Amino acid sequence: MTTPTFESTNVHPTKPRKKNSFPDFKSALWMSAPALLGLFVFIVLPFLLAILFSFSNQRLMSPNPTEFVGFRNYDRLLSVRMLTLQPEKDEAGKILLDETGQPTYPRIRSVLRSDENLREFKELFTVSLFGQRTAVVAKDPIFWIGLLNILKFSLMVVPLQCGIALLLAFLINQKLPGMQVFRTIFFSPVVTSMVVIAIVWTFLYDRQVGLINQMLSALSFGHIAPIDWLGEEKIALLSIVIMSAWQGMGFQMVVFLAGLQSIPEELYEAAELDGAGGWQKFRFITLPGLRNTLNFVLTTTTIGALGLFTQVDVMTQGGPNNSTVTVMMHAVRSGYQEQDIAYGSTISVVLFVLVLLIALVQRRLSMGGQR
Amino acid sequence: MNRTLLSALLFLGFSVSAYAEPVTINMWRHETGDDEVNANKAAIERFNASQSKYKVVYESLPKGSYTQAITAAALANNLPCIFDMDQPTVPNFAWSGYIRPLDAYLDARLKKTINAGGKGEFRGKLYSVGQFDVALGIFARKSALSKAGIRIPSAAKPWTLEEFNAALSTLKASGDWEYPIEIHNGYDGEWWTYAFSPWLQSFGGDLLNPKDLTEAEGTLNGPAAVKFGQWFQGLFAKGYANKKPADDQAFLLGRVPLDYTGSWAFSDFSKKWGSDLVVLPPPNFGKGPKIGAASWQWGISTSCKNPEGAAAYINFMMSPKEVATMSDKTSLIPTTTGAAPLTKDYNSKGKARFYYEFSKRFAVSRPATPGYPFVTSTFEKAMRAIVQGANVQDTLDDAVDLIERNIKDNKGYGLN
Repeated sequence: MTTPTFESTNVHPTKPRKKNSFPDFKSALWMSAPALLGLFVFIVLPFLLAILFSFSNQRLMSPNPTEFVGFRNYDRLLSVRMLTLQPEKDEAGKILLDETGQPTYPRIRSVLRSDENLREFKELFTVSLFGQRTAVVAKDPIFWIGLLNILKFSLMVVPLQCGIALLLAFLINQKLPGMQVFRTIFFSPVVTSMVVIAIVWTFLYDRQVGLINQMLSALSFGHIAPIDWLGEEKIALLSIVIMSAWQGMGFQMVVFLAGLQSIPEELYEAAELDGAGGWQKFRFITLPGLRNTLNFVLTTTTIGALGLFTQVDVMTQGGPNNSTVTVMMHAVRSGYQEQDIAYGSTISVVLFVLVLLIALVQRRLSMGGQR
Repeated sequence: MNRTLLSALLFLGFSVSAYAEPVTINMWRHETGDDEVNANKAAIERFNASQSKYKVVYESLPKGSYTQAITAAALANNLPCIFDMDQPTVPNFAWSGYIRPLDAYLDARLKKTINAGGKGEFRGKLYSVGQFDVALGIFARKSALSKAGIRIPSAAKPWTLEEFNAALSTLKASGDWEYPIEIHNGYDGEWWTYAFSPWLQSFGGDLLNPKDLTEAEGTLNGPAAVKFGQWFQGLFAKGYANKKPADDQAFLLGRVPLDYTGSWAFSDFSKKWGSDLVVLPPPNFGKGPKIGAASWQWGISTSCKNPEGAAAYINFMMSPKEVATMSDKTSLIPTTTGAAPLTKDYNSKGKARFYYEFSKRFAVSRPATPGYPFVTSTFEKAMRAIVQGANVQDTLDDAVDLIERNIKDNKGYGLN
């Protein structure tokens, strides 16, 4: 009795599947249409417009007609040059020395202003190497500083945030009473508005009245002098890293938790029977089991980190001295505050391409041998 | 049966609405303190009750993103009939053609009574009017100054630069205060230009060359401006002011003896300090004391279908009685000569009359150019860098380059 059915499925192996899959696809399309429409109208279309605007001089408000300007915006954003500076010499050709015996150099701005081709450039930084002074000049130094800042931020926040999230996921994965409460507590910063959190942390970080400094001072019996968390050039970005990691880790924690719970319990039991220790179980069962989760978390965290904006806008406005300025912030400022939508679009397009590249590279690296 | 009921209801609805329904005038305002919102709401109710032709309906928008919201609405051709604008952004709206000149709509007699702080103009035309203004001053604790033996300046004889520096250094040296002055550098955005460009002007510099408003070279980075920048940097380097204030409560909580801020703080501060409070004029840094002029003002959009109705409301709002009521309810400075004598605080014997005097004597407008949003954003960035210890000449030079390139990109903003 079973043979004919077996045979019939064997004779036409593809036909029934084809018949079923086409209506499936159709209904899938129908059901996802509202979401796809939203995606197109609010994400794809604005992005295509941004690409279009980036080649024009479109302003937010202006009676002047929009003109096509080619690559002018890209040139303004990305132009970088190296400039070798010659020490200043007196009329006899002898190098002029300052009081400390070092050769003196002309002011970079006067050099840039004197050359018509360099007029729009500004100093990014200057290095002295082998008795020669080289200045790197860019048309938009803020963009490059912002780029460096978001790279620094990502390099710090991604391992910190994901590491703590993984640790927390292990902790709350224990089968102990009351774990739900801890899950809720650890997750609560994620659902709180970032603006609110940033304002609260600004107070926590305050040098004079902030709780963090008072705590440090109490714990060290007054040995730790108050730290200007957001006002010190060298620490400001780190302060934002710590706060961002704290705010965002709940989300990663939940994803890791789901990943942990999808690893079959039997594997651990089998490993235990084979005499594996805690570290070995982690290394050979948990990590491989979490591989896809880890890839997802690392990639989304990096993409999120590269778009850093809200915290910085609320807490430091990019200061002190541009040490926390980000590319996204530069885009928003240029586009809205300064009403140069074309330039703001250009910055967003470049940021998009960079994020895409970084995400692709990261995916390649983290996939390793896997396809 | 259902259908008949429905049509009966519809008929009833239509007939009711067709019966002498007043024309709705939409209005937007940015969110402010409760006093101001309530005073404004009451004024709208009075206007709606005073006649049956028009009905003003207002909507309140969040303050932080308000200017962006009206910019977006302008682009989408979705502006309400009446909306409020920060006065320095008025030329930008006028240049872009989103608001209409008020000259034809405003009562000519009323127009003559409005002070400079109540008007928003561009290329000789009036585009916006405001009921109130604010003024800057230095709040001080009398006891702190007399204890340190510092002269209390008056509008007729303000502190000089040397006196101001000496006062700050004496207060700092007394050891009673970590910081002698609070200048609210924790605020974002417009505060920086509103508060500190008058200081720059008092030193002899300016944001733009006032003659044509199309160049900044030599005014924003000239010797006077650099002197101002270095002095400003010194306030923080010498520990006279906090680089990163946590809040704006330092004066209220007694952490500082001096506070440079606007007249909006007057009622809170006098409640707290009573007769110990004194308001000083800003110092004379060389070219006389200067304070910023003009606050939020009302304009009529070009897309408004009932400009007559909008104008009727604006005329109503600018009448002496209305302006005076607004001032009494909010303690803001009235902008018309007709209203000032009617107010509680600003009549010739009022307790805040001095602010009216400050406004009249010292107020300078921010440059009336459509490029203002760029200028103010650039100035804020430059000042923040200077606070952090950046080289003053370089920072101001960079700001000049950016501003001049922006003006060139916009073909001179129609000013030349």
